[in-house]
Amino acid sequence: MSNALKRRFVEQIKVMFGAEPQKPTLIEERAIEVHQLKRMTNKAELAAAKEAHRAREKNHKWRNIRWATLIFVNLLFVVSYHFDIQLLEGALTASRFAGFHLIDLNSALQVMLAHKHIITNLLIGTGTVLALWILLGGRTFCSWVCPYHFLAEWAEKLHLFLVQKKLVTDTPIDRRWRTVSWVIFALLALITGYTVYESISPTGIVSRALIYSGGVLAMLWVLALLVFEVFFVRRAWCRYACPIGLTYGVVGIVSPLRVKYTLQGCFHEGDCRKVCLVPHVLDTVIKGRAVDTEVPIGPDCTRCGLCVDTCPTGSLKFDIKGLSKLM
Amino acid sequence: MSEDDTPKVGAADTAPPPPQGAPGAKPPLSKERRLQARRRFMRTILLGGGVFGAALSGFLPVAYAQKKRLRPPGALDEKDFLASCIKCGQCVQVCPVNAIKLADLADGFGVGVPYIEAREQACDFSCDAVQCILACPTGALTYKKPAYMSVRPGAKLAEKPILLAKEKDPEPTLNLTERIGVARLTRPESCLAMQGKGFKGQARGPDFKGELRYMSVDRWRPIKVADHPYDVELCDLCVQACPIKGAISLETVFAPDGSQRKTPVVHEPCVGCGVCEMICPTEPASIEVIPGEGWRT
Ligand code: SF4
Ligand code: SF4
Ligand code: SF4
Ligand code: SF4
Repeated sequence: MSNALKRRFVEQIKVMFGAEPQKPTLIEERAIEVHQLKRMTNKAELAAAKEAHRAREKNHKWRNIRWATLIFVNLLFVVSYHFDIQLLEGALTASRFAGFHLIDLNSALQVMLAHKHIITNLLIGTGTVLALWILLGGRTFCSWVCPYHFLAEWAEKLHLFLVQKKLVTDTPIDRRWRTVSWVIFALLALITGYTVYESISPTGIVSRALIYSGGVLAMLWVLALLVFEVFFVRRAWCRYACPIGLTYGVVGIVSPLRVKYTLQGCFHEGDCRKVCLVPHVLDTVIKGRAVDTEVPIGPDCTRCGLCVDTCPTGSLKFDIKGLSKLM
Repeated sequence: MSEDDTPKVGAADTAPPPPQGAPGAKPPLSKERRLQARRRFMRTILLGGGVFGAALSGFLPVAYAQKKRLRPPGALDEKDFLASCIKCGQCVQVCPVNAIKLADLADGFGVGVPYIEAREQACDFSCDAVQCILACPTGALTYKKPAYMSVRPGAKLAEKPILLAKEKDPEPTLNLTERIGVARLTRPESCLAMQGKGFKGQARGPDFKGELRYMSVDRWRPIKVADHPYDVELCDLCVQACPIKGAISLETVFAPDGSQRKTPVVHEPCVGCGVCEMICPTEPASIEVIPGEGWRT
C-alpha cells in the first residue's frame, strides 16, 4: 500500500465514525499525473464522451443479484420454520444454519454487555459470524441481508421521486450521531442489564415479524421510521442511526472484499454518489481527490454494488484484496 | 438524474464538496452555511431524542413490569432472563405444541421476548426433552444454571421430575432443576371436583385451539384438546392431564359442614407447566399456575 493510501485508510475509518471527508494532502505522483491529464482534455470532447457513456442502458446486475440474495436468505428463515426443514432456524439476531450457531454481532454484544456472562454457544456463534463477515465485507450484511434495508430502499425510491417533484427535500443529519447512538445503547445495555436496543432495532423487528408473523405494534415503529425517511431524511436510519451498521462497518475495516475505484477512466460525473447509501465513502471520485490511481472504498461501504451498476465507465468494481496479485 | 457535474450540495451529500477546480484553502463559512450547520445540529438532536424516546418506551415497561409472565422451562430468573435472551425465537421454533410466543411492543416486557400463555397453550413436554432449552443459543434457557446465580426461594425441585409419558423409558426424567411456577387452586369455589360435579364434553369447548399429548391416543403427536372429549363422574381433568408424576392428585377433604369433598392438591414435584390451567373446564380456570412462584409447604 502506498503512503497516500495508508493515510486514506485511516482517514476512512474516521469518516465511518462521522468525520467529514477531507481533501487529501498527500497524493501519489502517478495519480497527480492523471489528474493533470484530465484537466488538459478538451472540455467539449469530454462532455460529448460523458453523454455517450451515460446514454447507455441502465444496468441493474448487482442490484438484482443482491435483492435475490436478500430475499432468499430471509425466505430461508421463514420457510425453515413454517415447513420445519431445520435449515436456517431462528431469526437474524441469532440462528442456526444446519446446526451451526450464528449470532448477530451487535445483538451478541448487547447481550454480553447486559448479561455480563458469556456462554460457549454464544461465543462460537459470534465467532462464526465474525469470520463470515470479515470474509464477506462487514456491512455487506446491511445491503445483502438486512430486511430493513430492503424496505428502506423502496422508501428511498419514493423519497427521490418526491424530491424530483419538489415535494420534499432531503435534510441531512450529522453523521456523528450514529457513533453517539452506538455508545449510548452499549452503555444502556451495561447499566440497565437489558438489551434496550432490541426494542427498537428494525432489523430484529422486521426479521421476527417475517418469521413469526407477530409484533404488529413493533412494526408500526418501523413504519414510522420509513415514513420519516420518505418525507424528511433520506435513508435516515441506516445513514445516521443504526448501531448494527457501525458494528459491521468496524468488521469491514479488515475485510478483503470491497469496491475499488480506478481513476483512469472516471469522468467524475458523480452518478455513483447519487445512488450511494453512504456517499461519504465515495469522496474519492470527486475531481482531484483520488490519492492513487486505484483506491479501495472505505469500510462504511455496504458493498451494495449500486455504484458499480451505475458507473458508466466501469471505474468502480468489486475487488478482493490480494486476489489480483495471486492471479 | 441531473446532468450536473458537481455533486449537489445537500442532496445526497453530507459532505458538500468545495466548488470544482478550486484548489487550496477552505473558503470561510458563509452565514448561510453556518445557519445550515445549526439547523442540522438541531435536527440531529431531534432525531436522537426521538430514537431514545422510542427505545425507552420499549424499555420502561420492562423496568416497571407489573404482570409476571410464565417463561419457557429452564428460564433464568426474570432479570437475568431478560438480559440474556437475544430474541431469536429458536425456542419458539422447536416447540411441538407451539406453547412459546414472542412479546409485542405493548405486552410490556420487551419486544421479542418469549413467554407462555398457559391458558391458551401450556407446555406439556411433548418434546420429551425440554427441546427449547437445547435450542437456546444464549443460555437464557438452561439445563444447568451457573453456580453464581442465585436460586429463587422454592424454585429448586427436590428431584428431577419424572415425565409420565416416559415413565417406562430407561431415563424417565426431565432435565430440569428448577420450576417455572407453581399451580394453585386459586378459585376453589368454582372447582367442579369441590362441588362434587363430573364433566362431560370438550374440556374447553369446540373452538379451543390448544393441543395436548394423550399417551392413550398417540405417543408422538399432540392432538387438539377439542378432539378429545371427556366423560367423568367426578372432574379430575387437571390430574389426568398433568404430565409430571406425583405433581397433583385428587384428595378427600372435609368441608366446614363436615361433608366429604374431593379437591385437586398440588404437590412438590409440580414444575409449573400450566397444563392443569389449560385443561380446567371452568371459566375462568379454577386452577392456575403462578409464574415464578416457589414451592411452599
Ligand atoms: S444500517 Fe442497520 S438497518 Fe440499515 S441495513 Fe445496516 S443493519 Fe440494516
Ligand atoms: S419443554 Fe418442550 S413442550 Fe415445553 S415449551 Fe419447551 S419445547 Fe415446548
Ligand atoms: S431461544 Fe433463548 S435467546 Fe432465543 S428467544 Fe428463546 S429464550 Fe430467547
Ligand atoms: S400440577 Fe399443573 S402446573 Fe404442576 S406440573 Fe402438573 S400440570 Fe404442570
